[in-house]
Amino acid sequence: MEMPAPNAAVLSKKAKIVARLQAVLPPSAVIHEEAETRAYECDALSAYRCPPLAAVLPSSTEEVSAVLKICHEEGVPVVPRGSGTSLAGGALPTADSVILGVARLNDVIETDYENRVIKVQTGRTNLSVTGAVEEEDFFYAPDPSSQLACAIAGNIAMNSGGAHCLKYGVTTNNLLGVTLVMMDGTITELGGAHLDAGGLDLLGLICGSEGQLGVVTEATLRILRKPEGARPVLMGFDSAEIAGACVSDIIKAGVLPVAIEYMDKKVIDVVENYAQAGYPTCEALLIVEVEGAPAEIDEQLGLITQIARKHNPVELRESTSSEEAAKIWLGRKSAFGAMGQLNDYMCLDGTIPVSSLPYVLRRIGELSAEHGLEVGNVFHAGDGNMHPLILFDANKPGDLETCEALGADILRLCVEVGGCLTGEHGVGIEKRDLMNDQFAPDDLENQMAVKDVFDPTWLLNPAKVFPLAVSERRRALAIAAE
Amino acid sequence: MTPNSEAELADAIASAKTPLRIMGGGTRPVGNPVAGEVLSTSGLSGIELYEPGALTIVAKAGTPVDEIEAALSKENQRLAFEPMDHRSLLGTNGTPTIGGIVAANVSGPRRVQSGACRDHMLGVRFVDGTGTILKNGGRVMKNVTGYDLVKLLTGSYGTLGVLTEVSLKVLPKTDTQATLMIHGLDFPQAVKAMSAALGSPYEVSAAAHMPDMGDGAVTMLRIEGFEQSVAYRAEQLANELATFGEITVETDAGKSAKIWTASRDVAGFENADGDVWRISVKPTDGATIAASLGADQLFMDWGGGLIWAVMPKGTDLRARMNGTPGHATLIRADEATRATLGTFHPELAPVAKISAGLRNKFDPKGILNPGLMT
Ligand SMILES: Cc1cc2nc3c(=O)[nH]c(=O)nc-3n(C[C@H](O)[C@H](O)[C@H](O)COP(=O)(O)OP(=O)(O)OC[C@H]3O[C@@H](n4cnc5c(N)ncnc54)[C@H](O)[C@@H]3O)c2cc1C
Repeated sequence: MEMPAPNAAVLSKKAKIVARLQAVLPPSAVIHEEAETRAYECDALSAYRCPPLAAVLPSSTEEVSAVLKICHEEGVPVVPRGSGTSLAGGALPTADSVILGVARLNDVIETDYENRVIKVQTGRTNLSVTGAVEEEDFFYAPDPSSQLACAIAGNIAMNSGGAHCLKYGVTTNNLLGVTLVMMDGTITELGGAHLDAGGLDLLGLICGSEGQLGVVTEATLRILRKPEGARPVLMGFDSAEIAGACVSDIIKAGVLPVAIEYMDKKVIDVVENYAQAGYPTCEALLIVEVEGAPAEIDEQLGLITQIARKHNPVELRESTSSEEAAKIWLGRKSAFGAMGQLNDYMCLDGTIPVSSLPYVLRRIGELSAEHGLEVGNVFHAGDGNMHPLILFDANKPGDLETCEALGADILRLCVEVGGCLTGEHGVGIEKRDLMNDQFAPDDLENQMAVKDVFDPTWLLNPAKVFPLAVSERRRALAIAAE
Repeated sequence: MTPNSEAELADAIASAKTPLRIMGGGTRPVGNPVAGEVLSTSGLSGIELYEPGALTIVAKAGTPVDEIEAALSKENQRLAFEPMDHRSLLGTNGTPTIGGIVAANVSGPRRVQSGACRDHMLGVRFVDGTGTILKNGGRVMKNVTGYDLVKLLTGSYGTLGVLTEVSLKVLPKTDTQATLMIHGLDFPQAVKAMSAALGSPYEVSAAAHMPDMGDGAVTMLRIEGFEQSVAYRAEQLANELATFGEITVETDAGKSAKIWTASRDVAGFENADGDVWRISVKPTDGATIAASLGADQLFMDWGGGLIWAVMPKGTDLRARMNGTPGHATLIRADEATRATLGTFHPELAPVAKISAGLRNKFDPKGILNPGLMT
């Protein structure tokens, strides 16, 4: 993955830029010594690293605005950062950029159970939002697996999802308002605590814009009352086709599970070795979870198991206690850790129409053999959000490149069957150069025109999302403006 | 003009030099008056793909909503955001189209549980003001590839582009429903009761309040699902809300459904002699506003977060909101009033600037419903 050469003019005035930033922030909030800026050199796509010019950690919206104003005047690119768990390289710096981290903006501003909203600063972690309302039995629904670490800021920028989004939606469906700071320092509000923001849906546009349109410092989020209960059922099948047909039949029958998780044989084997969850040996395993009142759970599980039986499962295991439920989830929850023990891995998240599942899994198998790297599949089956995990050895010369080439082939396959490159991790740098496979030149031009409105000189996270060649002319504006 | 294909529509827009009024079924003439030649999407009609097992439907923008709902109904599915039919309220006739629903982001009582139209949108194809055919999103349920222009186009009332095709997430129909009715509450009590219900684990799918119009005030809560579960949740909820007042339960699913269709379509306002406003605020503010507007007629949906009001002609309702965060839309009024007061709530300066900037990029000739939203 290529990154643009840093702007020499910016590099040469580092001292001036740092001095100006120090004038508006407390000393500890401006990090510029080379040894210290290394802490910000990458996100969770750690194969790519580059220390930034400086990193700043503002503690208020006004400080964010002051920083952006200075960077705007000096023509310095800014890379917003939450917790740095992006798997797409969304928070990867360039040598001429300032990392704007929102980690110190982590307060709860207001919890309002009557209106079922919470207002937080966006540096707050996803899980601690639920933590703030748990005592009243409320929760914040989007639950990325990284929820212990990732920040609401990154969730909004990537429009992150989680295992339970089949029922509750992703970040954008649970976001009611934001405070947005634009590249020139302008502060504005979009939406609020009311259900639909007025005018054009700018809130919907900001969510998922990967830190390229503005910096989000505060957010009003919908909170929900916890359901009375939830219970999973586990089923194993002889083939991907049968598992896929079962998923489709469950959905067609009018049941809406909160989660349908899928694991293939490769992942089952690895997970069994690692966590001994007692999973059956089979080609495809599904975990289906339903929630609600006890009667509702019984009724739904009754229907689901009835459908599953028609597909001759090799195993069908219901849970009658919370221990059994935890055991069913244990393997799924340790899947990524288990695969990580085996080797380095790259996790893709292309989405496909559920009906293409068997075909896509077969093709992934073939592509895996062609490139000579193993692939495990674990994913959210209800919504077609795949998670192929490509195993490779980062220390072996050429392996990363082979892995990336295989990854690109798999993502092109997702697009070919009517799906998309990314269902929850975002484009970042990782899928940037594949955007031409999903979009026509006019579509990309249209999206870039949107960025022109928010950030005319392309200083905010400029080298992401769009293929470098496609955004080149616009990125040159930033350099010219400087 | 009624083009019969996306390409024809693109040509028509590319060669247009004067303003166009974009029309689906013409049943929702909401917005500031627009002068211009009518461009109808009714020639672009038909369901292109429906996969019940994937909860996805793709249709051309001019497809009648009835056709979509009939297809979904056959598979026991539905548009979960429960779009309102504006015809009786606005005195229009014609055939509502799916593109019209999307362009106006029309959502009904189930908004509180399932989200708005925009939350069910998966993809769009559209033609911008230069005649360029564009697409965004797709037909899969999770998609964060590039900017979410699907949301931006939804609710843009044809001012950014003319929709030619939309893909939507659909959901299973529920088996049955019941409506709990609490009698005799005033606005603040009603909002408290609705908040308690919506904040309970009993999955309330709609919450509305009709103030006393002679037969007493009634606060209504809908519960949907499997029969046993509906009975159980209705009972639990009634117990939990018992302190608010007398509660009755409509367990006849047909009668319960009628209540919500009426509420969805703002029944009872058809013949009211005044302007019809739609106000979106946070529910607790809704209680205050409802009590102080001086409306001729009014009711609350969305747990108090949505207020429908009839005001004496020409009244500036927004001034009476006293700066409460949220917005008010003038849904029905004569052209002069709409031109003076503006259909949509004035925006903060930076937001207005961004919106104008976007319109200028999507429609540099200023020909797509110019002035409808501003
Ligand atoms: C083990 C693991 C599991 C994961 N599981 C999931 C999952 O289940 N679902 C899922 O969706 N993702 C998942 N992710 C990906 C990642 O956690 C999400 O993308 C997350 O939302 C990133 O949040 P962050 O705070 O770490 O953001 P960062 O990595 O810091 O930044 C992500 C992007 O957001 C931008 N950004 C950050 N802050 C702001 C701001 N204040 N304003 C504007 N833009 C900003 C950045 O510029 C960057 O483009 C996983 C990651 C890991 C490592």
